[in-house]
Amino acid sequence: MTTTKEQPKQYRVIGTRPIRHDGVDKVTGRAIYGADFKIAGALHGKVVRSPHAHARIKSIDPSRALELPGVKAVITSADMPRPKAKMVDLGEGPMNALHLRNNLIAEGKALYRGHAVAAVAAVDAHVAEEAARLIKVEYEPLEPAIDVRAAMEPSAPLLHDDLFTDDLGETAKKPSNVAKHVCFEKGDVEKGFGAADRIFEGEFNAVMVHQGYIEPHNATALWNADGHLTIWCSTQGAFTVREQVAEVVGLAVSRVKVVPLEIGGGFGGKIPIYLEPVAALLSRKTGRPVKMTMDRAEVFEGTGPTPGSSIRVKIGATKDGRFVVASADMAYEAGAFPGSPFVCGMLTVFAPYDIENIHIDGYDVVVNKPKTAAYRAPCATNAAMASETLIDEIAEWAGLDPLDIRTKNAAREGTRRADGLVFPRIGFEETVEAARRSEHAATRLEGPYRGRGVASGYWFNCGLKSSVTVTVNSDGTVNLVEGSTDIGGTRASLAMQLAEVIGVDAEDVRPQVVDTDSVGYNDVTGGSRVTFASGLAVIEAGKETKKKMAERAAMLWKASPDDVEVEGSTYRLRDGSKSIEFKELAGKLGKTGGPVVAQGSVNADPSVGGGFGTHMVDLEVDPETGKVTILRYTAVQDAGKAIHPAYVEGQIQGGVTQGIGWAINEEYRWSAEGRMTNASFLDYRMPTSLDLPMIDAIIVEVPNPGHPFGVRGVGEVPIVPPPAAIANAIYRAIGVRLRDLPMNPARVLRAVLTAAGTPPEDE
Amino acid sequence: MKVHVRATINGEPVEFLCEPRPSLLEALRDELGLTGSKEGCNNGNCGACNVILDGRLVNSCIVLAPEIDGAAVTTVEGIAPAGGLHTIQQRFLEHAALQCGVCTPGFIVAAKALLDEKPRPTEADARLYLAGNLCRCTGYDKIIRAVLDSTNGNAEETA
Amino acid sequence: MRQIEYHAPASLAEAVEILAKAGPRARPLAGGTDLIVQLREYRSDADVIVDVKRVPELTELRLDGDGLVIGAAVPCCRIYEDEQIARAYPAVFDAASLIGGIQIQNRASLGGNLCNASPAADGVPPLIAHGGTCRIAGPSGEREVPVEKFCVGPGKTVLERGELLVSIRLPRSGGRSGSRYERFIPRNEMDIAVAGAGSFIELEDDGETIRSARVGLAAVAPTPLALANATDALAGRKATAEAFAEVAEAARKAARPIRDMRGEIWQRRHLAGVLTRRTLEVALERARAAGNGTR
Repeated sequence: MTTTKEQPKQYRVIGTRPIRHDGVDKVTGRAIYGADFKIAGALHGKVVRSPHAHARIKSIDPSRALELPGVKAVITSADMPRPKAKMVDLGEGPMNALHLRNNLIAEGKALYRGHAVAAVAAVDAHVAEEAARLIKVEYEPLEPAIDVRAAMEPSAPLLHDDLFTDDLGETAKKPSNVAKHVCFEKGDVEKGFGAADRIFEGEFNAVMVHQGYIEPHNATALWNADGHLTIWCSTQGAFTVREQVAEVVGLAVSRVKVVPLEIGGGFGGKIPIYLEPVAALLSRKTGRPVKMTMDRAEVFEGTGPTPGSSIRVKIGATKDGRFVVASADMAYEAGAFPGSPFVCGMLTVFAPYDIENIHIDGYDVVVNKPKTAAYRAPCATNAAMASETLIDEIAEWAGLDPLDIRTKNAAREGTRRADGLVFPRIGFEETVEAARRSEHAATRLEGPYRGRGVASGYWFNCGLKSSVTVTVNSDGTVNLVEGSTDIGGTRASLAMQLAEVIGVDAEDVRPQVVDTDSVGYNDVTGGSRVTFASGLAVIEAGKETKKKMAERAAMLWKASPDDVEVEGSTYRLRDGSKSIEFKELAGKLGKTGGPVVAQGSVNADPSVGGGFGTHMVDLEVDPETGKVTILRYTAVQDAGKAIHPAYVEGQIQGGVTQGIGWAINEEYRWSAEGRMTNASFLDYRMPTSLDLPMIDAIIVEVPNPGHPFGVRGVGEVPIVPPPAAIANAIYRAIGVRLRDLPMNPARVLRAVLTAAGTPPEDE
Repeated sequence: MKVHVRATINGEPVEFLCEPRPSLLEALRDELGLTGSKEGCNNGNCGACNVILDGRLVNSCIVLAPEIDGAAVTTVEGIAPAGGLHTIQQRFLEHAALQCGVCTPGFIVAAKALLDEKPRPTEADARLYLAGNLCRCTGYDKIIRAVLDSTNGNAEETA
Repeated sequence: MRQIEYHAPASLAEAVEILAKAGPRARPLAGGTDLIVQLREYRSDADVIVDVKRVPELTELRLDGDGLVIGAAVPCCRIYEDEQIARAYPAVFDAASLIGGIQIQNRASLGGNLCNASPAADGVPPLIAHGGTCRIAGPSGEREVPVEKFCVGPGKTVLERGELLVSIRLPRSGGRSGSRYERFIPRNEMDIAVAGAGSFIELEDDGETIRSARVGLAAVAPTPLALANATDALAGRKATAEAFAEVAEAARKAARPIRDMRGEIWQRRHLAGVLTRRTLEVALERARAAGNGTR
């Protein structure tokens, strides 16, 4: 269902649902994903990983592994060049080059269980695996820092003795696990709390969760004798891989070519590099291509989940349900090295609301867990769990409907976010209104232990750099050469924008994702940016294509290009004497100066765009087991303009499902020693088809003023509201407010039993 | 010692030599070049490697390659008729039932096995039958719709 | 996975011979859903793999006047596809149709479930509730062991060197009897039981008085547990809520669970009671329906 607020523009292609261009290859098993890539003479690599969460590496003895027939090389951190500890911008925001390198292979200390300490290359995967088990690593286990708040204490075990807190821009004198402290302030919170009739507050804890993409990480590398390195892998950003690998292995970027193969999910987790440089160094050492793939346990233990957090929030409201002040103290786990996206939590926690006085402190804290990575609106879901459940409490206290209190306090065009950004036209209120008018809202939920919950969420569009090339074929079709790896249908959403601009059908555009030598620079597929920002590049290239085609028509008619007007796919002289269709004109390019090639490149403005969602969930709790069953789910989202509505719905449905998993089951479970005890798809319980109802996606279209078609990124918003919506629904079902994620059966059952006066006794 | 395996794969007789330890999934991907079956978990918990073994849907990652001696195996590469698509594949495209696509081969094979058993499944049937196949992108909504909208034949016959 | 030997004997004698020769290095392979994963994760030291799916005695599934014989390698799907078995042994049907997903059920066997000796095995409580017996073959002949005595610890069974579980025999089940297996898992499929219970009830001809009852529990002790006093507690009594509550309480008391990544101690103890009561209720309904000829 699509509701459009403003008078819609009429489009030929945009808003339709063509079959995606890469579809047939993907339903027949022909598409080549990273692990499917084969190259003659390849060796197979395997990583040796630390069994300890925190340990000094005393020695590494590869001799037994090297004696095993078929083993070709072993590398340790000694084989990896040591860059200076400097901040470098490698395409995903700045990071410390030494930390990046030390996360790939530990130097001196292993900082989390699963931390790579060595790697081996052998003739096949089985031999490599056996060899990895023969590499003898001697450890001196150290006390780990596991809990984020405890890790902030001065008495906590230190991960890095050279990490000094960047405290609001000042560098601390003593080393600490707190990597960074950032603060946003708006108005006067002291005055605000004084003016509030009541202050609502709570502490909300969330544990790490994983993106859970089905395809494990993989990389094949060939370090050629000519000093050129080629890497084939599944990544969200081929150029980001190129920049990072070049830095780590010490090559100029021009010496590194990254070939992005099909990618089996990422959600932010396939932006960092893991295997790529390791395979490269093994290739250099052996002179042969080296292929590496992770198994599922390695993916859980050795790649970046999203941070767990401890968030304390206070919101002050007046009796009529108006939020007058809010504060938050947000500590996020960075994992073993600094650099969690904690600021995103700070930017989103109160973003849907117009609150006069806000104070937010955020902390990036290293702990002995995997270095965290982005995961779909990283840090925002943890934040919304806090703010959106407190708002539910305020609504109840003020006697307001949960949707009405959101409308009453909604951020609008001109509202200033806590960090200072002033919102352009946004569509938050429209999502609340659409939720209010939904069929779901019109249906009463009845029965014991059932409840309905509402929550909202916000995420930005990160903009950034994109480049594309368009070539016109003689049969009137066009090739679109792009560099944004396609995780969820962006070939289609970009091809459709090009088709709309130049007046051909979606099927007449052939999109191709190519390697880093074959297209201009592109930032990652992430930050809800591809359809938005690469879309801008596509539109620019489409316009240039039209301009050039008009010139060709003019040449054909011996007229001035200024006399040619273009309407859709029709090129005609202004006097109406001549006209030609794009397809026919395309067949005459040889006679009019040769091929037409057009380009587009942008560095898109991240201050526009941004999307909101409002979700409604019905659920039932089994009071005897604590199990939560989702009965019905409706997610409303402002997509700005849905280019391919089916894939927009798909993004919403997928994000909601990940949010549901996070809310009720998914978690990294840690032993006291910092070992993840559930590193498999058996015990890291992601939702199956049997755990869900259909997910109703309602698309609202409030055009983004920063995009010609009004596109807003849609990928990330839908994971933000679900845990809070579910917590609010559980409260309606059992009368208890849960504040920690996940709200798994044990936690819900404990709440039910405790509320009944029979709290469980721990044994 | 290598084991000599003779089997029928996607209707074609196949013979190969392998060590006893590779899984059927590894044999398909590495020995036979059939990389449509994917490894997601390698322990029977995601369904990305699904094949039909002697008429039964199985996870090829937890079958040893030598076990298929004498058996018939259908992989995702064997679902479509020559030059066309199976109706399940066509419906997956029409319903936008895939995003990254890496779980899709497993779902297509599982859906084929479901429709072989039950040509007109209900939503509940489909959700139960497909619960061994994880998809992390779609939330299953469009997959279930595509399966319910499929009949067990070639796309041309049902179009 | 380390290098392995693979054998696929065609007779029981041949299988026993290979197993006896290789001793602790050998493991029989049925559905492989546990064993192959354990080999791959180096959780098993075995390197001689004996595929027993070509041995006739292990793939036999026979229902006759004496009861039901389930060959140790019979996959779950063959059990739940047989309507007569579903009627006569509904708890076995329940378990066979909820282990893993379809893909697992098409390979995994109850015999394998038993030999894997996981405390959380879903397949075992129904076999206990139905009074099953294991037929074991070995170098010195055959022997029988009650199902509840087969597992002796996590991953440990009574099988001696060279011995093989051939089949499980369940006594005749009919008349006014019914059974039920339920487990608690956080998702709706694919998980390992946090706790499970299988109950069997046989009624007297009055359709109200309990003649015999048996309860088996999963994931609340180092082995699948037979609730020793279920029959004592229920035999001769009317099937009432109070009676079931007593047995549920007995199940809570008998539970000796551990805390692990799948559940808490208090949670498992609590669930043992809830599931025992719930399965007794359904078993009773089924027994009544069987008595009325409506099942």
